Amino acid sequence: MPNFIMSYLGSTVTPGEAGSQFWALIYVLIIFAGVSVAVICMNWIERKALAHFQIRLGPMRVGPHGLLQPFADALKLMLKEDIIPAEADQFVFWVAPLIGLLAAFTVYTVIPFGPSQAVSDMNIGILFMLGVSSLGVLGIVVSGWASNSHYPLIGALRSSAQMVSYEVAMGLAVVSAVLMTSLNASGTGTLSMIGIVQAQQQQGVWFIFKFFPLGFLAFVIFAIAMVAETNRAPFDMAEAESELTAGYHTEYSGLRWSLFMLAEYAAMIAVSSIAVTLWLGGWMRPFPNLLHAPAWDFIFSLFPGLTFGGLAAIAMIGAARMPAHSFFRIQRIGLAVFAALLAFSALLLLVIAIAGRSADTSVAARFREGIDYVYWFVLKVAVFMYLFIWYRATWPRYRFDQLMRIGWKVMLPISLGVLLLTAIVGVILP
Amino acid sequence: MNPALNSALSINSGMAPVATPWFFYALAGMAVLSGVFVITRRNAVHAALALIITLLSVAGLYLMLYAPFVAGVQIIVYAGGIMVLFLFVIMLVNIERSSKERAFNRMWPVGLAAAGALMVLFASAIVKGSHINDMFRDRLMPLPESTNTQQIASLLYGEAGRMGQYTFAFEIASLLLLVAILGAVIMTKKKI
Amino acid sequence: MVPITTLHYLVVAAALFVLGAIGVLTRRNVVIVLMSIELILNAVNLNLVAFSRMWGNLHGQIFAIFIVVDAAAEAAAGLGILIAFFRNKETVNIDEIDLLKW
Repeated sequence: MPNFIMSYLGSTVTPGEAGSQFWALIYVLIIFAGVSVAVICMNWIERKALAHFQIRLGPMRVGPHGLLQPFADALKLMLKEDIIPAEADQFVFWVAPLIGLLAAFTVYTVIPFGPSQAVSDMNIGILFMLGVSSLGVLGIVVSGWASNSHYPLIGALRSSAQMVSYEVAMGLAVVSAVLMTSLNASGTGTLSMIGIVQAQQQQGVWFIFKFFPLGFLAFVIFAIAMVAETNRAPFDMAEAESELTAGYHTEYSGLRWSLFMLAEYAAMIAVSSIAVTLWLGGWMRPFPNLLHAPAWDFIFSLFPGLTFGGLAAIAMIGAARMPAHSFFRIQRIGLAVFAALLAFSALLLLVIAIAGRSADTSVAARFREGIDYVYWFVLKVAVFMYLFIWYRATWPRYRFDQLMRIGWKVMLPISLGVLLLTAIVGVILP
Repeated sequence: MNPALNSALSINSGMAPVATPWFFYALAGMAVLSGVFVITRRNAVHAALALIITLLSVAGLYLMLYAPFVAGVQIIVYAGGIMVLFLFVIMLVNIERSSKERAFNRMWPVGLAAAGALMVLFASAIVKGSHINDMFRDRLMPLPESTNTQQIASLLYGEAGRMGQYTFAFEIASLLLLVAILGAVIMTKKKI
Repeated sequence: MVPITTLHYLVVAAALFVLGAIGVLTRRNVVIVLMSIELILNAVNLNLVAFSRMWGNLHGQIFAIFIVVDAAAEAAAGLGILIAFFRNKETVNIDEIDLLKW
């Protein structure tokens, strides 16, 4: 058994490519657990960050600095009564959150966390991702209709119109990035997610910097469209609380409501991963070609451990700065234990980095590489997640006609122009 | 690939059967069953949901036929685009009235008879075609899955500076879409 | 287990086509009639892709893509007509759409 696991850790292909259902299942479970944990963390970070943006403290009571707040929330939502309105369409009301959740989680089968750290590498990867993530809108539309109530219906109508509009600009921006993958000797591009990242490595540049204004413009269009796709502020007309109470999930409560939240955050992570894969070099560390030496590999592989060490230090400082009153004794101990856990993971990661520093094909080296890939990918996605919170704290909500006007009259022409110019420059320049 | 992995997992890369009969029967059954729901449900939203399941199962059948690009297009355009449009329109036109009225028109026996005749025609075509001559061959030709998108592109757009076989048809299709967009806008806008 | 051949796909496509035809001929709701037309188009697409696999070339898949384009255009135009009609006559039933002019 250890031999079996070790042999897999040393492999260089995805489980889908190797045809191994068992490891594919393990990967799916790991990703499912990882995304759920990420959503929980995101919940806490969003509340704390929003609070600090507005000079508040945010959750402070449940656990030290509110660290256990997401768990308390989850417990509350699970124990809460699950109300189905009398006039609602029972079956559709029941199935709607599941549609959104399924769409959000199915996308993760093709997200490449590393050259072999993905469930499968489809050769229509990006097409599949766009298609499945666009299915998420069905859950929203159907939930709004099934509630049989005015506000959800208006939210659903807004959401469907908005998503269909922004999908066009989004798709065109993606196509211009896919066009860039074909700028190699053979002249054939790829739709596979892993292939796109490898193309960026071969060309020695992230696609955001390719043909300078063009790649950047396509990225900006995608970054705007993806906020609209996930119904987040400033494009959260579908759940505008000042106009529609809570939009499409007004009538939902308890566990079903939390499924909607889970789907929304999972979809946010998914679209951020698309952006990272297409324009920001996916799993690659900074300057993989320029600083290509075993020494550099080693230095960059220390980053995961150092990050966790930094987090541990922050938690430690927090524990030290707790007021010296006996009321805070348990909180102080809790935070210190949390810091110790973080420090332990940091130590573990550093040990792995040092053990696998030789650039051979031993299992430890492959394992270290895998951790590196996942770390850089997750770091880039985390930046996007922070941006989502930042947008929400900073910008006021659009009016619906303004939103449609920007989608059709600004974003669509710009993305078409970027696509055309990318094609022309790609033919002329190299 | 790592040889240790090969021995541990006994991988036969490329030789593994992608399309097992069970998948086919499950997908085909799902497609036909939800197709029945599409035409029998009184409620248009239920019918639309059933149609979405049919479309996704048909996309799965395309994958089994080594047509991944068509499957992707099916999911994006049909399930993500057209069906959202359908749901949007269903919500715009009220259906409270239609849920109380009868769902089928007065000529439904005639329609059913005509459809039955069509079914007999299909059945006879399939039976005759499979028995008398070699019309529907048993053997399936291998299609290269990994270069599917590339080959479709070279048929549509041509390669090495030559025009593709279907480039002109592709342009006509884009014109058709433009006409449809303009038509839809002109018909639905109250004041232009 | 019988291996899956082209014939299996043809049977599924024929079933979907007949279901779509029944929907078009018997239903009253225009939206469901349009959805039945989508069913018919899907049946045709399935046939084309199955034949493309049988002959080992991609022309069938190209035709399937063109039909998807056509289906999108048809849905947009059809639903546009439906909304324009609903605005005038407050109905979506196909047997009440019987006036040529008023």
